[in-house]
Amino acid sequence: MPDTLAASDSSAAAIRLDNVTLARGDRAVLTGFSLAIPAGKVTAVMGPSGCGKTTVLKLITGQLRPDKGQVWVGDIEVNRLRGADLNALRRDIGVLLQNGALFTDLTCFDNVALPLREHTKLPEPLIRRLVLLKLQTVGLRGAAALYPRELSGGMNRRVAMARAMALDPAVMLYDEPFAGLDPISLGASVRLIREINGALGITSVVITHDVAEVQKFADHCCIIAEGRVVASGTPDQLLDSDQEVVRQFMRGLPDGPVPFHFPARPLADELLAERA
Amino acid sequence: MTPSSLGGRLLAEPIREFGRAGIFLVTAFARMRFGRLQLGEILRQVYFVGARSLVIIVICGFFVGLVLTLQTHDTLTRFGAGDAVSTVLALSLFRELAPVLTAILFAGRAGTSITAEIGLMKATEQLDALDLMAIDPMERIVQPRLLAGVLAVPALVMVFNVTALLGGVFFSVYLMGSDPIVFWSKMQASVELGKDFMGGLLKSAVFGFLVSWLAVYFGWSAKPTSEGVALATTQTVITSAIAVLLMDFVLTAFML
Repeated sequence: MPDTLAASDSSAAAIRLDNVTLARGDRAVLTGFSLAIPAGKVTAVMGPSGCGKTTVLKLITGQLRPDKGQVWVGDIEVNRLRGADLNALRRDIGVLLQNGALFTDLTCFDNVALPLREHTKLPEPLIRRLVLLKLQTVGLRGAAALYPRELSGGMNRRVAMARAMALDPAVMLYDEPFAGLDPISLGASVRLIREINGALGITSVVITHDVAEVQKFADHCCIIAEGRVVASGTPDQLLDSDQEVVRQFMRGLPDGPVPFHFPARPLADELLAERA
Repeated sequence: MTPSSLGGRLLAEPIREFGRAGIFLVTAFARMRFGRLQLGEILRQVYFVGARSLVIIVICGFFVGLVLTLQTHDTLTRFGAGDAVSTVLALSLFRELAPVLTAILFAGRAGTSITAEIGLMKATEQLDALDLMAIDPMERIVQPRLLAGVLAVPALVMVFNVTALLGGVFFSVYLMGSDPIVFWSKMQASVELGKDFMGGLLKSAVFGFLVSWLAVYFGWSAKPTSEGVALATTQTVITSAIAVLLMDFVLTAFML
């Protein structure tokens, strides 16, 4: 497998999950899971629904703690952090949640200004400039005075992107940034993710299952299935992979190692049982 | 199933819920940093919950005063004690009716909207977003709403008192032709500012705290789905009404 970043080779990794095990209730979500995200690049984390992609994101931000194993962001061990230390780390990580999660009672301007007002002592005129610049980056300076409900879903997410990078974080995490976007918004988001990564020189992690888009923005790509990383490499390398799970995923085949049917007893048995 | 085990099962869940609500409240207070109380946000919430409840308080207050006077006027006149109408009106209003009814109306009007608001914030990941921005949702969302209830309900009770008295005056003086001087002087002679009026306000502050606590708690613990939020708002109204009446009994027993 063309993996340039196995868990052992961590010199260039900005984010690293080492041998992480996590169960929710009785269900094991991740078992002995290891992942390395290279610094300064855009990494796409892909995988079928329910494979634990969002769980990985929540482990990185410290919203979830692993039952076993370690989570590293730079040289900080996230799973040991509590309270103020965890908050200090979070100020350095920008997260774009699935639907943007803007505060509906604040204008776009105030949404982007919130982290600045909360975490810095900058004077208001400077905050105003910073916010307008961030909004300019995502193309929504003109919408500064509007409320989130007055904008489309795609625009909401762009405002949320501006808010996530308000404090100039070292890491940006995107949770399904393309879900339900029209082609124009989607194109804009893809370009923004690339531009933000390049302009700020940061590490970006994009959780997605949009195979077609991944080639346009990702430097590196990991596929998660059955609670582990089944493949990683550049998007092209993955497209050419002869691993069955990877092929099924990259080509969108409905049946394969990830089955189409929910586990059940044979159909004939069930129908006959009904008649009896 | 024996009756005791049935009773145990019926009681176990409410007791657990009460425990959870208690832990929630302690957490909210433990994380309170008085130096960083967001006065602006608290006042904004007072405005939201207070101003939103104002219309219903004014209308209900007026009619409660009206009907109370109607009932007592009829009965008291029959016993030749028509002069005592204003005393009965003022005492029952200041001590009981205004605090209790205002709190229950507040739960229905402002409590439900607090619950739904927080429940939806949870459903739309806004609480997560705060957490991820290293902003404590307890500090930003919960504390201002808790404190706003304590400030808003006594203010609403004063409005309720005034409009209910106006209702009483309207009926007694303008419709029944009682002497306004007798009406007001009898009231003045029988109402003690500290015990009756301030006692009522103290009660209402407790009720305001109780209702906003329950409203915030049910919103916070709501399942982040439409059914979850719907259930939570219902729970806020029902539990608040019960809690207010129960607490009213306890407080009255201590105050008398």
